[in-house]
Amino acid sequence: MLTVRALNTEYPSQRGPAVKAAQDVTFEVPAGKFFTLLGPSGCGKTTTLRSIAGLERPVSGEIVVNGRVIFSSERKIFVPPNQRNFGMVFQSYAIWPHMTVFANAAFPLEVRKTKLSKSAIREKVMRVLHAVALDQYADREATKLSGGQQQRLALARALVMEPELLLLDEPLSNLDAKLRDRMRFELKRIQRELGLTTIYVTHDQGEALALSHEIAVMNEGRIVQVGPPRTIYEHPRTKFVADFIGTTNFIDGVALGIDSATGRWNVRTPAGDLLVHTDSELKPDMRVTVSIRPEDVELSDEATTSGSSLNLTSGLVDQKVFLGDFVDFQVKIGDFMLLSRAHPSLRTPIGEQIHVRLNPDKCVAIPEESSARAAA
Amino acid sequence: MEAIRPVTEAPDMKDQPAVKADPKWFIMGGVVSIVAWLALIPLGFLIWQSFKTPQTARVPSVWTLKNYIEAYSSSETLVLFSNSVQFAAGTAVLALVIGTGLAWMSERTNTPFKPLFYALSIIPLIIPGILFVVSWIMLASPKIGIINLVLQSLFGTDTVYVDIYSMAGMIWVDGLHYAPIAFLLMTAAFRAMDPSLEESAMMSGASMFQIFRNITLKLAWPAVAASFLILFVRSIESFEVPALLGLPVGIQVFTSSIYDAIHSYPSNIGLAAAYAITLLVITMGGIYMQSRITGQAGKYSTVTGKGFRPRTIDLGRWKYLTAGIFIFYAVLVVILPFIVLLWSSLQKYYSVPSMAALKNVSLTAYKTVIDYPSVGTAVWNSFILSIGSATTVMLLTAIVCWIVLRTKIPGRWLLDNVASVPLVLPGLVMGLAIMVCYLNIGGGIYGTIWIMFIAYVTRFMPYGMRYNTTSMVQLHKELEESAAMSGASWFTVFRRVVLPLLKPGLLAGWIYIVIVSVRELSSSILLYSPGTEVVSIVIWEMWQNGQYVELSAFGVMLIATLFVFVMLAQWIGKRFGVKET
Ligand SMILES: Nc1ncnc2c1ncn2[C@@H]1O[C@H](COP(=O)(O)OP(=O)(O)O)[C@@H](O)[C@H]1O
Ligand SMILES: [Mg+2]
Repeated sequence: MLTVRALNTEYPSQRGPAVKAAQDVTFEVPAGKFFTLLGPSGCGKTTTLRSIAGLERPVSGEIVVNGRVIFSSERKIFVPPNQRNFGMVFQSYAIWPHMTVFANAAFPLEVRKTKLSKSAIREKVMRVLHAVALDQYADREATKLSGGQQQRLALARALVMEPELLLLDEPLSNLDAKLRDRMRFELKRIQRELGLTTIYVTHDQGEALALSHEIAVMNEGRIVQVGPPRTIYEHPRTKFVADFIGTTNFIDGVALGIDSATGRWNVRTPAGDLLVHTDSELKPDMRVTVSIRPEDVELSDEATTSGSSLNLTSGLVDQKVFLGDFVDFQVKIGDFMLLSRAHPSLRTPIGEQIHVRLNPDKCVAIPEESSARAAA
Repeated sequence: MEAIRPVTEAPDMKDQPAVKADPKWFIMGGVVSIVAWLALIPLGFLIWQSFKTPQTARVPSVWTLKNYIEAYSSSETLVLFSNSVQFAAGTAVLALVIGTGLAWMSERTNTPFKPLFYALSIIPLIIPGILFVVSWIMLASPKIGIINLVLQSLFGTDTVYVDIYSMAGMIWVDGLHYAPIAFLLMTAAFRAMDPSLEESAMMSGASMFQIFRNITLKLAWPAVAASFLILFVRSIESFEVPALLGLPVGIQVFTSSIYDAIHSYPSNIGLAAAYAITLLVITMGGIYMQSRITGQAGKYSTVTGKGFRPRTIDLGRWKYLTAGIFIFYAVLVVILPFIVLLWSSLQKYYSVPSMAALKNVSLTAYKTVIDYPSVGTAVWNSFILSIGSATTVMLLTAIVCWIVLRTKIPGRWLLDNVASVPLVLPGLVMGLAIMVCYLNIGGGIYGTIWIMFIAYVTRFMPYGMRYNTTSMVQLHKELEESAAMSGASWFTVFRRVVLPLLKPGLLAGWIYIVIVSVRELSSSILLYSPGTEVVSIVIWEMWQNGQYVELSAFGVMLIATLFVFVMLAQWIGKRFGVKET
């Protein structure tokens, strides 16, 4: 459906070299899927989205939608944004303040080349306004709407043109927390019902995990990992991804070799030798970082006999914080401090010994950036 | 406070110090009275005067409607009215067209050297209006105008190609002079427009023309209308152009008629006041409409995203044309006028540029000017007046703004409006009102430099209000409250916390008021007397005496000084973090 290949977008700057805001961005989105660009502020998400929209002109690359080439630097193709038929919701919503709610939503139909009759426009507009629950506000001035309503109006305006592609730039970031949660469900519902191919931009990892079929994590203008939410969360490919999405423990270590019994890599760390999962090519003696999420650090008072006996160790409880539905433990293993998120029923007092099990499948070994590059 | 007072007054607390009268109330009370006095009393006298007959040694003044009857029954009044409106509307349209075009080029296109042009477009703001008019007379008068002479010698005719002494000439000169203001207003409007409003129309499939007609134009409309009204009011108030270009050929507008009525013999102040009231009604209407439009436009302001400038339009080869337009504009408003003044300042007697005249180049005029008796006095007076009024205005309005924005005193909004009243008073009307006021209440102020000080402070009070309001709304209230919680008195809080934090805004406003004070002519012309001339008055007198070369030499020195002052101020501003306003 959407293919983006080797896209580079730059901004000229007054002094110094141009800002390389998107570099070598490549990804593919199948029809009807919800695809998210996720990354910290300033990493180039908006730039990538605007390049797809045609609001920025990339310096190189190719964009193909449904077999139609809309941008290609090689073949000198650039379809202007007003002929691309993409719906877009801007971060500021960009609701036209001099029009009513109805006029805002009807605008895309009114400026279309193939003219529609007044009644046809009315019907289509009322249908989308109904879909976003704004039909009773149709004649209101657009500026009289609340933040959440403006956001839905912006969505309605993007939907009314029956776009090939829906582009959303942080549509929830200006809403308060409660409304954001509700709109998240709404968005997901509308997207699924209409089967719209959607590109969504956000810096909120929770939103990305909740909404997407696939996530592309961006950093400094580049995509660093693409995958389904669960893969991104459980098996981050770089330290940056592991750190940006959720909380994690990083344990520095050195790869020893493949364990013959399990077929897993063995890594020597300050918290003991660990069997790990990895998606990268490791070599013996390579410096690696093992990432394990706090909720995957299993704690118990007694040395369990049941279950797997892999990656078992023990430490002392150093600190604990009660947070209601769970307790955060800081466990000291040798000199290493490990954060664990446990069930509140665990009541081991501070200073006592505690047993720790690190599920090998959740211990993700990531080669250190420098050695990984040398290996590649 | 209210809750604490009974406790301190309780009998068993007698050894506690009694609640002292808070000095803050004295300061605030004083400030309110000063503002009310400055803004309202002269206006009252002006209205009173318009209903009185002239007072002579033999006949005392009596109540009358004669002034209004005289002003309105004459058929000339219709001409006067139509001239004024034509002149003001023409000027506003010309300035707006130039200013909007330049603003669009500098904000939305990739015209080369844009930053340079921005600086260049504002320079005309520091050139005193009277010098600008004089230089255009030297350029385009039918007899001595260089443009005519050049064209005549080129085509070997004696046709008059351009005549600055006409309605078109007046509109041309004033329009060029106000174009920078239009440029600044429209630049601000373009910057305030959220670019995603246009981009979302583009994503909706609208063509460039549809976007321009349905979105850009509609959104810019309030700004265009408001700018038009501001420019209209400014031009209907202008005095220099009608006095120097209109009066010699009998094209009368309100301001020149007021001046004429006062300077006729016997001077007819009542009639002048009646004209002044009419003018006042027009400017009030204009400003009221403008504030209505701006108020309504407020609802157009939307949440904007990041502050990146929208992508500029790539003009391709057309960008050389837009750069050319910029250069042409700079030539018209800065370079030509200055060169003409410079040329004439280097002559012994005024003469048109020629090879022969080039041989006569000398600095005599500069020496004459420096030795000219009233020049030294005028420069000193202008210096004292501009520094004094700028300082007074900024401090006074800082307190007024504080009262309006920070206290809960009932009626504080009224104070805000009162302090802004002088905005609707044209300079000449203000001069007349103050003259009438202090002639009648006496006190020995009339004829001294103090009356001009009062005029300047009153006239520029609204500017001070604007600068102070802008910076004070950005000042977090908690900064003051935390100082108060540390035990500081109100006065200390104001002096140690509020004023230092307002410094950038205060300094920017101060610089602006210094510049406009030095340029001021229309109020001063009714208020000066021998010994209290200011620089613009000296230029005016030199013009009346036909001392063109001396005038030019003085003008060149004045422009150079103001230029150095602005550069210095900018440099200081950069060092101390004054925001551009
Ligand atoms: N119009 C622009 N001009 C210059 N630099 C820009 C512009 N827009 C974005 N940038 C720069 O490009 C980089 C990427 O910006 P953006 O795509 O907006 O990031 P994100 O949306 O991920 O926060 C940033 O470093 C930003 O400063
Ligand atoms: Mg962004």
